[in-house]
Amino acid sequence: MTRIVLLAALAAAMIAAPFFVYPVLLMTVLCFVLFASSFNLLLGYAGLLCFGHAMFFGTAAYVTGWLLKTTGLSIELGILAGGLFAAAMGLVVGLVSVRRSGIQFAMITFAIAQFVYFVLLQAPFTGGEDGMQGIPRSALFGVIDLSGSLVFYYFVLGVTALMIWLFWRIVHSPFGEVLKAIRDNEARVESLGFRPERFKLLALTLSAGMAGVAGGLKATVFQFATLTDVSWNISGEVILMTLLGGIGTLTGPMVGAGVIIWLNDHLAQFGEWALISQGAILLLVIIFFRRGLVGELSALLRRRKTGR
Amino acid sequence: MFDNISIQLLAGQLLIGLINGSFYAMLSMGLAIIFGLMNVVNFAHGAQYMLGAFVAWLLLNFLGINYWGALVLAPIVVALFGLVTEKLVLKPLQNLDHLYGLLATYSVALIVEGLVRQQYGSTGLPYPSPLPGGVNLGFMFMPWYRLWVVVFSLVTCLGTWLLIEHTRLGSYLRAANERPQMVEAFGINVPRMVTLTYGFGVGLAALSGVMAAPVYQVSPSMGSSVMIVIFAVVVIGGMGSIIGAVLTGYLLGFLEGLTKVFYPEAANMVVFVVMIFALIFRPNGLFAGSEKSR
Repeated sequence: MTRIVLLAALAAAMIAAPFFVYPVLLMTVLCFVLFASSFNLLLGYAGLLCFGHAMFFGTAAYVTGWLLKTTGLSIELGILAGGLFAAAMGLVVGLVSVRRSGIQFAMITFAIAQFVYFVLLQAPFTGGEDGMQGIPRSALFGVIDLSGSLVFYYFVLGVTALMIWLFWRIVHSPFGEVLKAIRDNEARVESLGFRPERFKLLALTLSAGMAGVAGGLKATVFQFATLTDVSWNISGEVILMTLLGGIGTLTGPMVGAGVIIWLNDHLAQFGEWALISQGAILLLVIIFFRRGLVGELSALLRRRKTGR
Repeated sequence: MFDNISIQLLAGQLLIGLINGSFYAMLSMGLAIIFGLMNVVNFAHGAQYMLGAFVAWLLLNFLGINYWGALVLAPIVVALFGLVTEKLVLKPLQNLDHLYGLLATYSVALIVEGLVRQQYGSTGLPYPSPLPGGVNLGFMFMPWYRLWVVVFSLVTCLGTWLLIEHTRLGSYLRAANERPQMVEAFGINVPRMVTLTYGFGVGLAALSGVMAAPVYQVSPSMGSSVMIVIFAVVVIGGMGSIIGAVLTGYLLGFLEGLTKVFYPEAANMVVFVVMIFALIFRPNGLFAGSEKSR
């Protein structure tokens, strides 16, 4: 019951938010909420640390942007295509990397992401160092005009809500349960007759696809796509968001995304201090509160409940 | 396509490849040593390399200490910083998933690089070559300093390898890598050895940084750009394999140089292409050795 009330309150807050906060900032938060959740699916539920998650995010931004610019595709199809492309990438990356775990998986995905970065730097359609500009906000379903910034905010909110619902369904499905079991004890899951590699491969594909939708969405929000979206700073940022919020908690990475985007927005004027503070926060989280904001909070609540 | 490529161009690029390979080899070796004993992928390795170059630059410009002095002093200074990092950051994490070590050193790299950039800007600072001039080999001009880099890095790699494979200290190290409790039972202070090994690896990174200062410009991003290649080198060579790291480092430097001659657009990517093929066909690394490589 409380959950429904909370959800309704959250929905009301999100609907009212653009009247109080700058919509572009809100939309950035939503894109990163989605991106961080996709990362969480992999790290929090499958136990795989992808150190190059920006490759899915950034590539999809380019794919969506290119499709919307050069074809008359409606916006939802453009974003969907970005997501599907990223999912296909995830599948290919998974085929080479998914048999490794832990540090190996992290290093391999990091290196592959750099490879993707260099490919995009030289590919003719990306605009190289200048990036891709002038990505149109085409009409939804080909008919609904999205040019107003308030209307566009509700579109982004709708897509995000849909994807988060999908994420929730995946995590709470039998598939999600097997993933969590693999994370906790891979050998035992294997002995039960499951094939962990296939589950991890599917998790990586789904996670990449979700990151791709986030990237495509971001391309339409800012109406440009740049190499920054594929860079390892973004890969690091999404790790920070997830850890700060709390690994493996449903809402943690979303909270983390909100905090970090808000922080970036405030620190942008201080030059390098944005990155330095990101490093410092990550370090503090790793050393002192590894459960993250949401994780620590729910642990605190649980302790109180059992204490009484 | 081979006709229009002059021998000068080929030799020149191969030399650059050899120079780059020397740095890759030294840096990957340090990374492999640290990984071998601590199971930590030291993401800050690039930042520590950059710090080595910066300390050398500071020593020259503020204290008037020249290159040869910096070659000794800078690694010590940076290694001390490494010891502090190990005590404050890695010690508390040593019993946890090793991914935390990777992420913690990543944060250290972010902080260090950000602070240096905040202080000195992103443009490169020039560092004069301590050995100006060179020798004409007939088909190409060989600057003395580059020759020094190649020879000195070979000596360093070989020396470190001998130290680890053929001395008592090295055998303690290798033993502690395999069975830390057992080695402790013999009365060897393993935690202290771990700390000192980390310091040594960091010192190696800083030494490469000092050597790199006259070749490349001293800039805050020099570490992160080399780090990306080093990661691929270590994956290809087999994690924790010292000899594998060194050989792969030289090999990839060469390969990069060759690619620059024949297909310049792919020069940045060739390392990663090799890595992907190595992962498919030699998943444990080209020079797979210890059980930790899996």
